[in-house]
Amino acid sequence: MAFIPHTAEDVARMLEVIGVPSIEALFDEIPKELRAGVLALPPAMSEMEVARLLTQRAALDGRPLNFIGAGAYEHHIPAPVWAITTRGEFYSAYTPYQAEASQGTLQLIYEYQSMMCALTGMEVSNASLYDGASALAEACLMAVRANRGSTSRRILLPRTVNPTYAQVARAIAGNQDITFETVDFDRSAGRTLLSALQPCSGQDFTALIIQQPNFFGSFEEVDQLTDWAHENRLLVIAVVNPTSLALLKPPGQWGAARDGHRGADIVCGEGQPLGVPLASGGPYFGFMATRMQYVRQMPGRIVGRTVDADGRPGFSLTLQAREQHIRRSKATSNICTNQGLLVTAATIYMSLLGARGLEAVAQASMQRTADLVAALSKVAGVKRAFSAAHFHEAVLLLDRPPVPLLAALARRGILGGLDLSERYPELGHALLVCATETKLGVDIDSYAAALTDVMSAPRAAA
Amino acid sequence: MSNIPADLKYTKSHEWVRQAQNGAVEVGITDHAQSALGDLVFVEVPEVGRALRAGDACAVVESVKAASDVYSPVGGRVTASNAVLASQPELLNQDPYGAGWLFRLETSDSAGAAALMSAAAYESFLADESK
Repeated sequence: MAFIPHTAEDVARMLEVIGVPSIEALFDEIPKELRAGVLALPPAMSEMEVARLLTQRAALDGRPLNFIGAGAYEHHIPAPVWAITTRGEFYSAYTPYQAEASQGTLQLIYEYQSMMCALTGMEVSNASLYDGASALAEACLMAVRANRGSTSRRILLPRTVNPTYAQVARAIAGNQDITFETVDFDRSAGRTLLSALQPCSGQDFTALIIQQPNFFGSFEEVDQLTDWAHENRLLVIAVVNPTSLALLKPPGQWGAARDGHRGADIVCGEGQPLGVPLASGGPYFGFMATRMQYVRQMPGRIVGRTVDADGRPGFSLTLQAREQHIRRSKATSNICTNQGLLVTAATIYMSLLGARGLEAVAQASMQRTADLVAALSKVAGVKRAFSAAHFHEAVLLLDRPPVPLLAALARRGILGGLDLSERYPELGHALLVCATETKLGVDIDSYAAALTDVMSAPRAAA
Repeated sequence: MSNIPADLKYTKSHEWVRQAQNGAVEVGITDHAQSALGDLVFVEVPEVGRALRAGDACAVVESVKAASDVYSPVGGRVTASNAVLASQPELLNQDPYGAGWLFRLETSDSAGAAALMSAAAYESFLADESK
């Protein structure tokens, strides 16, 4: 059965009213060569056949032991998180349009914003964005609006920032007249080279991006980087892992106090580690927070607490005049999708864990990765790539290309990490590995044993 | 009926311009504009020193229901902007031609200034617009 309410006559009448000969003609503006053409789909299946096919396909994934991070992290999600999130009262994945009719949803978003402010050390958070990578792109656009002392629209993008984020930022902001200049990293420490910023001193740059921990898992020298940026009148865009903030100095405290302020100016990142499962890359959610000073430049929805005519507390969407339904093309953003359902899960996750629980997750993840790096470094032909301290991820250097080894490990049910040789060819045979609190000592031992095995096998066989 | 002082010049986007002798001008939005926007909650003014061309969007006035750009009526360099509006945006509602001024420009744009409307022309423009 077709779930389309319009009959052929309805369609013909509608086309007649708007003066268009056919539905096809509505797509005239899109060049023919960009259209998908005919999709080669098999004949429709019954529900039972589809369920069977998808169950078979899902089984092909197996239940591998996962040591890949690189921006999406496998954490334990307590059962109540999704049991509560999927209650009818919450189970709406989209922003409420009749906002004030949904006081419960608004209160939840308000609590989420308060938690994100507490984690990041910032004054105001939005109700979430699409994902971490596009949140960075939005932060770049916001920095250009907010830094009124700069006219260059040039942003410093260290190579230690997640390369996928860099690619998305270039794709979105690069088409809006913003240019990015890369900043090199210290090959032995694995973090941004402070001396690489010196040639930029005194020039007009709009913002410096700092990812903490960076893509290699290493800790950046955030205080020095922030101070350099502020001394040279750049805004600081922090890209942070929310789990790590349970242990680290919040971005709102980075660097020295200046003009009564200190810390990053815009904080953004990927919210997936807070209760969202790894699911083929999404849906995840992005977060963003800033100082009150820049609130009107921040994209996305914001929920505020207020009182009604009788003085009773209530919640409402606030500062909507910046948004696309009012400001149209001059809105602060036109891709400020709010990931309501995932924010619901994140808020429940943070509420259940509490500050101490989140700290325990961060501690355990950091410890497991330290154990993993220690165990794998003992394998012949494997060593640590960088000397800088790291969070729950680190780079290993191998004596041969990682790809065949990763394939051999995958056949043993182990996802051994992310091969970096295409993204960072100058590092050689580099592998990014991650262990969170979900990996126990026995899992780490299994990985080390399997790696020893596949590396000692004759190379042709591996 | 909105207040349209006879000694000012006007634009079709509802800015007013007060011209002094030495090429200095003061710019704000008209009584009609503030009344159409309703109670203002935020005003963003251009930074001093900024060079503007005629027609550049250079300020934002935001009410509870809309946010609108203010366009510079003439080209020039910003010599002052009304910082008080940041904390008291209601001044623009209360006194659009006085305490609610937005910014001052130093201009040599005589062509731009000549293209502005007189009070009488603006009044008939408003009458046409409301038809």
